Amino acid sequence: MPAPILDVRALRKSFGPLEVLKGIDLSVRPQELVFLVGPSGSGKSTLLRCCNRLEEPDSGSIRLEGVELMDRACDLNAARRRIGMVFQGFNLYPHMTALGNVTLALRKVLGKSRREAEEIGRAALDRVGLADKAACHPGELSGGQQQRVAIARAVSLEPTLMLFDEPTSALDPELVGSVLAVMRSLREAGMTMVVVSHEMRFAREAADRVVFMEGGAIVEEGPPAAMFTEAQHPRTRAFLQEIGR
Amino acid sequence: MTDLDRFLATFLNPAVAGQYAGAIAAGVLVTIEVAVAVLVTGLALGLGLAVLRAYRIRPLNALIVIFVDVFRALPPLVVILLAYFGLPNVGVTLSAFAVLWLVLSLVLAAFAEEIVWAGILSVRKGQWDAARSTGLGFAQTLFYVVLPQAVRLAIPPLTNRAIATTKNTALGSVIGVGEIINQAQTAVAVTGNATPLLMGALAYIIVFVPVLILAGRIERRFAWRRA
Ligand SMILES: Nc1ncnc2c1ncn2[C@@H]1O[C@H](COP(=O)(O)OP(=O)(O)OP(=O)(O)O)[C@@H](O)[C@H]1O
Ligand SMILES: [Mg+2]
Repeated sequence: MPAPILDVRALRKSFGPLEVLKGIDLSVRPQELVFLVGPSGSGKSTLLRCCNRLEEPDSGSIRLEGVELMDRACDLNAARRRIGMVFQGFNLYPHMTALGNVTLALRKVLGKSRREAEEIGRAALDRVGLADKAACHPGELSGGQQQRVAIARAVSLEPTLMLFDEPTSALDPELVGSVLAVMRSLREAGMTMVVVSHEMRFAREAADRVVFMEGGAIVEEGPPAAMFTEAQHPRTRAFLQEIGR
Repeated sequence: MTDLDRFLATFLNPAVAGQYAGAIAAGVLVTIEVAVAVLVTGLALGLGLAVLRAYRIRPLNALIVIFVDVFRALPPLVVILLAYFGLPNVGVTLSAFAVLWLVLSLVLAAFAEEIVWAGILSVRKGQWDAARSTGLGFAQTLFYVVLPQAVRLAIPPLTNRAIATTKNTALGSVIGVGEIINQAQTAVAVTGNATPLLMGALAYIIVFVPVLILAGRIERRFAWRRA
């Protein structure tokens, strides 16, 4: 078995008295798409945000391609640019154009020249079908277009891992498809992905593994076909039936 | 003499106007000098303090908050009088011009800091998340992502406050800075005629209406369509 891209061990996180992650173990192999589901408040977002230490875990280990992110000496900014993150609320920079959103980190983190950054940025926008929107500000784009710019912003840094936190939940139903299509094409290009989402059809056709979380712990995991039809744990079955309807 | 004649002789006396036009014009120059100096140092200092505060270094933030609250609470006139008549007692003698510039700069800085800080706080946390997740550092995120948005939000209240503070240059008249009101008061004292004051008021309108128009332009220039 190939070495995992991401290897999370015994990860714990509390907010005050509330223990949100109770020792999570999760390993993601190269090119794998892991689909993370669970009831509201089960700690899915917190888990994703701990993976690049946007949220500071209390204890545990996070290895990205063998490099321990919890080490004091770890260059966190260097690690973060190799973990693309896509948010429910897009979080585009409203004062910059679509191209400016994509090129900022290329220039300031990777140190590319403006010309080179714009070349890469345009290619990334083209990849998400928005080559013609490069000069638009976020306010001039639909939610689906904004989310695709956000994906381009993350992908342009050539991450080894992409984290998606409910990327389509804030979108009108008719705009969801365009974002899922981009995610599908990323997967076909061999991107390693962890996706938190309620899009069960997408999970069925695109996921390699479905992970069910509840109360800050992973209850059960397996291939989507098995998870959807013959989950072992009654809680898993109840949850997947409920949202799979 | 009719009432109207008396009114005109008091407020619109051509002889007095001609005699003191030069003095008022000199006052206009001084007012513009102080105002520009106060705008530059006050806004720069306010912005700088807001940026420092964003680093959230506790003792430093406490000092900033104290400074901001004191200078927003005190009437600028009191501070000007204290500085001009009090500081020489502790061995610091500043010119009237320097006192006016310094005090108004500090007052503007205090308000500007508070306005820009509120702007920084109102930038949604997701902006920090997104920027940091691409590997941008704290300072890079602050300067490239958060501050540009904070300053845009701050511009309308900032222009209002900047105009209000620069109008306070008139307080310089009490310590003898030769700005518009000081020149006008001197002329009124000599002639016993109110025309110079009316000329002073007119001078303010001539100086500040373009500033207001410019401020409106700046506000529109920095507005952007929100997502
Ligand atoms: N910054 C925070 N401070 C305090 N509590 C928090 C914070 N972030 C999350 N929590 C709490 O941690 C728990 C897990 O939150 P999290 O956002 O990870 O859940 P989730 O599985 O993503 O839920 P949802 O499906 O609603 O997005 C919740 O009870 C939440 O209230
Ligand atoms: Mg969540």
